[in-house]
Amino acid sequence: MKATVHVMLKTGVLDPQGEAVRHALGAMGFEGVNGVRQGKVIELDLAEGTSEADVAAMCEKLLANTVIESYRVELG
Amino acid sequence: MRAAVVVFPGSNCDRDLAVALEAAGADVTMVWHKDTGLPDGVDIVGVPGGFSFGDYLRCGAIAANSPICQAVKAHAERGGYAFGICNGFQVLTETGILPGVLLRNAGLKYICKSVGLNVQSTQMIFTEGYSTGDVIDIPIAHHDGNYFADETTLDRLEGDDRVVFTYTENPNGSQRDIAGIVSDNRRVLGMMPHPERASDSGHGGKDGQAFFRAIVGQLTAA
Repeated sequence: MKATVHVMLKTGVLDPQGEAVRHALGAMGFEGVNGVRQGKVIELDLAEGTSEADVAAMCEKLLANTVIESYRVELG
Repeated sequence: MRAAVVVFPGSNCDRDLAVALEAAGADVTMVWHKDTGLPDGVDIVGVPGGFSFGDYLRCGAIAANSPICQAVKAHAERGGYAFGICNGFQVLTETGILPGVLLRNAGLKYICKSVGLNVQSTQMIFTEGYSTGDVIDIPIAHHDGNYFADETTLDRLEGDDRVVFTYTENPNGSQRDIAGIVSDNRRVLGMMPHPERASDSGHGGKDGQAFFRAIVGQLTAA
């Protein structure tokens, strides 16, 4: 089974990389880009029967730093 | 006085740190990331700079979950002394021993230069050799040194005199100019600048020497 984990910086945490991308898009002539936030997508290939709670524990302990990041898990 | 210096794959300031501690009079043992315990009788643990595990995922995240870091965490929880420099600071925040996190520099650039630091607190072994208000020159070399914590945590750090060093000119966007902090029991310090790179006249500056001499002097006396 597969799980996909999306990790994003929490609202209010400055994302300098996202800001740089936003500036670049503006410089390229794309107008109206009001904000860019950059995150991570982590794909997990898991043994059948791995529970959503197990994946949440992986996120809490390693995949995300919940001081600054939030995460969302998609199973299947 | 016995010190241990942790070595991860990708550490690159471990030997510099050992040299600085030895020059100050410490007996230094290097410990590998797979070691499950610290040597007996260790007075202080140093977590060095570098790029542990290639800084994959987040700086310090994988190192923080290594076997030796469980031992370092247990040592700190028992009231043991420890400090982390640069990547070592990132590792200590990732373990949860120190609050906050080090984000990518606000200017997105890797910065390697000497910076001015204000010594904000001397109520700990690490800064006993300085006076509050001193300005010292210490090199920084990091891409992710932008200290971030929520406002409540920042207020608590400042209120409890736990901000140890601030930048005279903020190079990386750190909240409240923070360059180094200490734990609530004042025994675990984390800082982005590298005192071990300013500890010998051959380095071009010796403002970091007092840091190591204070540690060794205080722990030898104790």
